[in-house]
Amino acid sequence: MKKILIGFGLALVLAACASKDGGKDVKVDSKPVVPETSTSATPTTSGLGSTNVNGKTDPLKDPNNILSKRIIYFEYNQDTVKSEFTDVIQAHAKYLNDNRGRKIRLEGHADERGSREYNMALGQRRGEAVRRALTTLGVSADRIETVSFGEDKPRATGHDEAAWAQNRRVEVVYDGE
Amino acid sequence: MIRDIQSFKGDLLALGSQNLQLSFGAIGQGMRKLVPGFKHRLALTMALFIGIFAAAQHANAQLIIDVTISAGRQIPIAIAPFANELNAPQNITPVIINNLTRTGLFRMVNTGGLTQTPSEPSQVNFVDWSSRSAEALVIGSINPAADGKFEVRFRLFDVAKQNQITSVAYTVSASQLRATAHKISDEIYEKLIGEKGVFSTKIAYVLKRGSRFELQVADADGFNPQTVLASQEPIRSPKWSPDGNKIAYVSFESRKSTVIVQDLLTGQRKTIANFRGDNYAPNWAPDGRRLVVALSKDAVSQIYVISADGGDAIRITQSNSIDTNATFTADGSNIIFVSDRSGGPQLYKVPASGGTPTRMTFEGNYNVNPRVSSDGKLIAFVNRDASSRLRIATLELASNQMTILTEGPLDDSPSFSPNGRTILYESKSGGRGALGSVSVDGRVKSKLTSAAGDVREPAWGPYGSSPGSLTK
Repeated sequence: MKKILIGFGLALVLAACASKDGGKDVKVDSKPVVPETSTSATPTTSGLGSTNVNGKTDPLKDPNNILSKRIIYFEYNQDTVKSEFTDVIQAHAKYLNDNRGRKIRLEGHADERGSREYNMALGQRRGEAVRRALTTLGVSADRIETVSFGEDKPRATGHDEAAWAQNRRVEVVYDGE
Repeated sequence: MIRDIQSFKGDLLALGSQNLQLSFGAIGQGMRKLVPGFKHRLALTMALFIGIFAAAQHANAQLIIDVTISAGRQIPIAIAPFANELNAPQNITPVIINNLTRTGLFRMVNTGGLTQTPSEPSQVNFVDWSSRSAEALVIGSINPAADGKFEVRFRLFDVAKQNQITSVAYTVSASQLRATAHKISDEIYEKLIGEKGVFSTKIAYVLKRGSRFELQVADADGFNPQTVLASQEPIRSPKWSPDGNKIAYVSFESRKSTVIVQDLLTGQRKTIANFRGDNYAPNWAPDGRRLVVALSKDAVSQIYVISADGGDAIRITQSNSIDTNATFTADGSNIIFVSDRSGGPQLYKVPASGGTPTRMTFEGNYNVNPRVSSDGKLIAFVNRDASSRLRIATLELASNQMTILTEGPLDDSPSFSPNGRTILYESKSGGRGALGSVSVDGRVKSKLTSAAGDVREPAWGPYGSSPGSLTK
């Protein structure tokens, strides 16, 4: 029952994060986050916190753990968190709620197709969207710093949609990383 | 006219450049119809590639300038090679010719084929110059003076009236000869055009070489680039203080944006905004004591005013929207900024002490990055059109007239020359950063590229922005 509530909470946050750009609002994916999806996508939810301290592998770095997924991608000119990233955000919220000492930084980025200085704002909006999703899931705001790099730290250096799609993103960075 | 250009080429070649290119571009059919008397002026419309690699140690960082001038009223001027110029360590006349040509307001008259090149008033035959259609004539000389210095003399004449307009003599060291050529250019420009020239000013810009970012300061013609800051993390938004001695910029060296003010004379750096979240988009107040910045410490980006020494930031806007890209108006009474409170980003104006913002732009759904001309009459900004082209536009405040000046597709970061005649901007094409400049009437365009990397985010310094000893 708790998971159902979390799923719904996130869906509401995502809906509230719809882009304000240029009247070209793209609706948030309306597909509700069903409990089954949320349960199956976070297979290792139990005991995540405890394995971090004394366990053999750090779940944040375990490639088989969803927590190693740190990048949330966005559509052009949008700051709406797509439903395919719901599981990743839920997993990080769960980890942060289970590990109260950890803090994170959300680093927002934009592709090069915009004014350089205004792209700072777009990166910020994306970070802000992920931050709101996490706080709605119970993570306190003072444990999250949202910063933007605009377009100056691309993951891909090309100048086509394939590259731009990789560059429109928010990266989740834990303290000490 | 073709002869004129050949002689111009000869002057440039006298610099000993191996990389000089000069070519002529024809203007499009459409333009021919638009410009009356076009046939007579075809040769005036030229694309001029001037690539001069003067100082070996700066060869890789030198900006290369490519000028396109559309036909219009140009003053025919003859600039006679200065006497003894070839014996001096730095030529003067080619620098003056470059400077005046780049403005698009002058046409160089052939100075070749004279039995004697005049350098004194008694040697000037006005009838000769009149028959060459020159309206103005410049003569001069460079002679050794005491202590290894040089005396540079120049005189400017009105050919029709056969009288001298001005004459100036400078005694300077060898390293100041190029700056002296800029001063002479300023004198000629001011006397003939009636407004101050900007040849002695500086520009700042960010150069990206591979993964390395450099903040560079160069002469307005792209010469003498000096790196005042280098970082592996992005450097962004350089802005000159009104006295030209400091530059504010955004640095990501602490893996987030902070606003830093750097003194160009001492090299001293001071972080003035390092709040939680983003600290960016700085711009100086006309008093040079405060800056307007965008901070996300309390909400999404909002506009704040902060002392140039740092300290507390005073919040100016109160919204739930992104408010950013702010700049003071010329008189300091208002702040113009960008907000997406109505959907897409648009320009707004708010009293500098705070208050209710009023919207300024209504054409298009993406207008960002405003800059105000020094006379306060014009705002330059970036407009994005329906096909995602970013172009430089202006808004005339008296008439509310919006004019698109460039074609894009990725033009950004406009910056007015101190005399308000030209806008320098970032012009990216094919993934490569270059600088463009366009006159506010759209008639004269040029492009500055660097072999060293991407050039971006230019900022044209104020009058007097010529610190003698830039620190590395």
